[in-house]
Amino acid sequence: MSRIYEAVIGLEVHIELKTGTKIFCACPTDFGAEPNTQCCPVCAGLPGTLPMLNEKVVEYAVKAGLATNCEIARYARFDRKNYFYPDLPKAYQISQYDMPLCERGHILIATGDGEKRIGITRIHIEEDAAKLVHDDRYGTLIDLNRAGIPLIEVVSEPDMRSAAEAVAYLKKLRSIVLYAGISDAKMNEGSMRCDVNISVRVAGEDKLGTRIEIKNLNSFVSVQRAVEYEFRRQVAALEAGESLIQETRRFEPSTGRTFSMRVKEDADDYRYFPEPDIPPIILDNAAIKRISASIPPLPDERRRTYMEKFGLSAYHSEQLVLERSVSDFFDAAAALTEHRQILASFILSEVLRYMGEGDAISVSPAQIAAIADMLGSSRINGSGAKKLLGALWGTEGDPAELISALDLEQLSDRAALAELAKRTIAQHPNMVRDYKIGKQSALKALMGRAMSISGGKANPEILRELIVLELEGQ
Amino acid sequence: MIAITDMTALELSRALEAREISSTEITRAYLDRIDVKNGEIGAYLTVTYDEALKSASLSDSRRARGEALSAMDGVPVGIKDNICTKGVATTCASLMLKDYVPPYSATVIEKLESSGAVILGKLNMDEFAMGSSTENSALGKTRNPVDTSRVPGGSSGGSAAAVAARMAPYALGSDTGGSVRQPASFCGVVGLKPTYGRVSRYGVVAFASSLDQIGPITRDVRDCAAALQLISGFDGRDSVCSREEPPDFSGCLGLGIEGMKIALPEQFLVEAVAPDVRSSVLHAAEICEKLGARVDVVSMPSLENALPTYFIISSAEASSNLARFDGIGYGSSAPGIDSVDELYRKTRSMYFGPEVKRRIMLGTFVLSSGYYDAYYKKAVRVRTLIMREFNSFFERYDIVMTPTTPDTAWRFGERKSPMAVYLGDVCTVPANIAGIPAISIPCGADAGGLPIGLQLFAKAYNECGLLRAACALEDEFGGSGE
Repeated sequence: MSRIYEAVIGLEVHIELKTGTKIFCACPTDFGAEPNTQCCPVCAGLPGTLPMLNEKVVEYAVKAGLATNCEIARYARFDRKNYFYPDLPKAYQISQYDMPLCERGHILIATGDGEKRIGITRIHIEEDAAKLVHDDRYGTLIDLNRAGIPLIEVVSEPDMRSAAEAVAYLKKLRSIVLYAGISDAKMNEGSMRCDVNISVRVAGEDKLGTRIEIKNLNSFVSVQRAVEYEFRRQVAALEAGESLIQETRRFEPSTGRTFSMRVKEDADDYRYFPEPDIPPIILDNAAIKRISASIPPLPDERRRTYMEKFGLSAYHSEQLVLERSVSDFFDAAAALTEHRQILASFILSEVLRYMGEGDAISVSPAQIAAIADMLGSSRINGSGAKKLLGALWGTEGDPAELISALDLEQLSDRAALAELAKRTIAQHPNMVRDYKIGKQSALKALMGRAMSISGGKANPEILRELIVLELEGQ
Repeated sequence: MIAITDMTALELSRALEAREISSTEITRAYLDRIDVKNGEIGAYLTVTYDEALKSASLSDSRRARGEALSAMDGVPVGIKDNICTKGVATTCASLMLKDYVPPYSATVIEKLESSGAVILGKLNMDEFAMGSSTENSALGKTRNPVDTSRVPGGSSGGSAAAVAARMAPYALGSDTGGSVRQPASFCGVVGLKPTYGRVSRYGVVAFASSLDQIGPITRDVRDCAAALQLISGFDGRDSVCSREEPPDFSGCLGLGIEGMKIALPEQFLVEAVAPDVRSSVLHAAEICEKLGARVDVVSMPSLENALPTYFIISSAEASSNLARFDGIGYGSSAPGIDSVDELYRKTRSMYFGPEVKRRIMLGTFVLSSGYYDAYYKKAVRVRTLIMREFNSFFERYDIVMTPTTPDTAWRFGERKSPMAVYLGDVCTVPANIAGIPAISIPCGADAGGLPIGLQLFAKAYNECGLLRAACALEDEFGGSGE
């Protein structure tokens, strides 16, 4: 009999901070510039150069910590992580080892079983390495533009149990840094990168299994697939009586499988020691308060507002806050209409459909608020609202004018609708027969026909009531 | 009339101000002197003839227009070869950087240039500043001008020899554990290690980042104050550089030492210190008392731990700082390699000298997991204790006085054991460990006529008090030790 296994997942997420200039010099950090056009003696690690800490990096990292409910250190320092690699100009990375800036935080994610809290072990600051470019003609080349771009590394507790939870965590973390305005967090451009630690164990056991690290996942889909694959692989190995080895693996998107990169026989010895060239970071309460005050309302806070003040469902609230641009749009429109539930539902179902990923919303909050009002007062129905949105998209049109121009006004006149009900029933005796023998789908079919006859304009609630009345009366 | 090359930097400055002489004349005199002497002394690795004469001529034009950049405009200077000079080779006396030409200048170089200094060239040193005799230079031998069968000290041996041999009116060195003061002592000139943070380290090729400090080597204390003025002050490119505005160092001189309190640690009056050196220091103490200072023999037990602490911390930092010399971005690169690991191994094996390798291995060891706590971490704790002991002494004393070195200059090849050489740094390293300023001034000669250095420590940022005491003693000793 096969046992039930569970995955134990922790994430290490690197996030580039959009501070404009690098962490230890004044070079710009723009993405996609010509190779080696954004570097200087300092980020090239030339002999004699010294790092000067960009204060904004600390500010942004503190924001990240506060936004993820971390404790912020009053005293933190940088350390050198020593290792040789051609992408590391100084042969050490300036990072933080045993005194990170932020510790012991958490974020909340929505799961099938409700809200779940995922612990954040620590957030520390470090510098990015250069980028190695493999060229057929010249071999391996080094692009220093990325060297010295500020990063935070967000290390989670091993609190996730499925690929879905890992992705939910990653999306929530991304949404938080976007709200806090500290990163573009674009996984496809590498400004957000994810390493996954995953082990499996028999469900209910306390002891952790052998930990496998999957490096450098650069999309939500990859995280999902890598975790799913790795879970199956590890379970299959254990079921076959094999033991797993602690190793680092790479995910190959084209095959959907992971491959061993290197086995950790000994822990790497990075010979960390305190960075002598940079004084410790010292923060007082006033500084932390100042930074805290500069963080705009975050997703969880907005979500609470939506539920408590506007009476939205947990699901709608969560969906609205995933993207800051959507939440901001909702907030602007919600200020103009009392029909917030209708507004939320309309934005999530219809407006987002119009807007592809990464595109802007091409209607104004006022236009959408007007549609919500019309839906709320039954001037139009759902189908009319959809048509109206299509007509308004990308224009500055007035919904009230368009509604008459397009003849979208809802038909709510009881006498006219009663006539429509009668006519529809008369035309479809077989549906009536089905209804009489208890087929609920028959009512739906009759409704569909009647709506269609009205050109989609009939008030569906009144129409249904009248059809039922007519059927029962026969 | 006194020869140009026998004049101090301030005498040259005054002669320039009085239009008695031009910078071109001075520069030519020094370049001629270098041509005559460098074959024998070997102080310079690079002489920048054309650039120096061009700078001198520009300085003369400025002075002619009445637009001198500073009183020192037009006075030449020599630079230790681990201080980056844009467009001029900066080798650290290593095969690793034999052909390395930096694309930028150190902050001290920019400061010197903006005060009109004329750079004569780059001076020999122990490879990457690791050593005490300049015998570890991979690029040449420097002899002690006082006795050419002897070492000039190190690591700033070229700087001290150049000043002593009148091949530069003054020079810059770097001091991580005594590398300015010890060669100054061996060559009979003045060497100052400023407070850690007084002078920007930007552009000095790092040996041990928490200890390195650039300092002047000069003919006398007055020149030392003037040179310090040129190079000190805040720099936005070195995070540990102080924002404190430097005082007028020359203005601190000439006030005597009456009423000063001086501590003489018994730890440096022991038998390991040569008798002639000990008696010179005690003689200096008597002079201090004669001049109205109070001198107490004290015990500073933590000083005994300064040397091992120094070697652990400096080697640890060096192992990290020198890791960047990997044959990839700049510097020497081993030929005929197949893999990146082979490139690292061959490059570092071929182009680092034995002393540098020894320190890298020592430093790598003390930072390794399993040894970190026993060595590096403990050394950092001891460092704190040493700092505290100095701080508590500076509550009661203005100056702590010691010999600069336990012995005078040795003959080439005489000290073969690295340990014997390391022990010679015992008196100088405490200043680096504690981050405080220290100066070495000539205070006599041993039976063989070799210069003896007297070392003074003061509390952090009290270069004024330090220079004031040194100047009073120097006046009493009768000028430079020669």
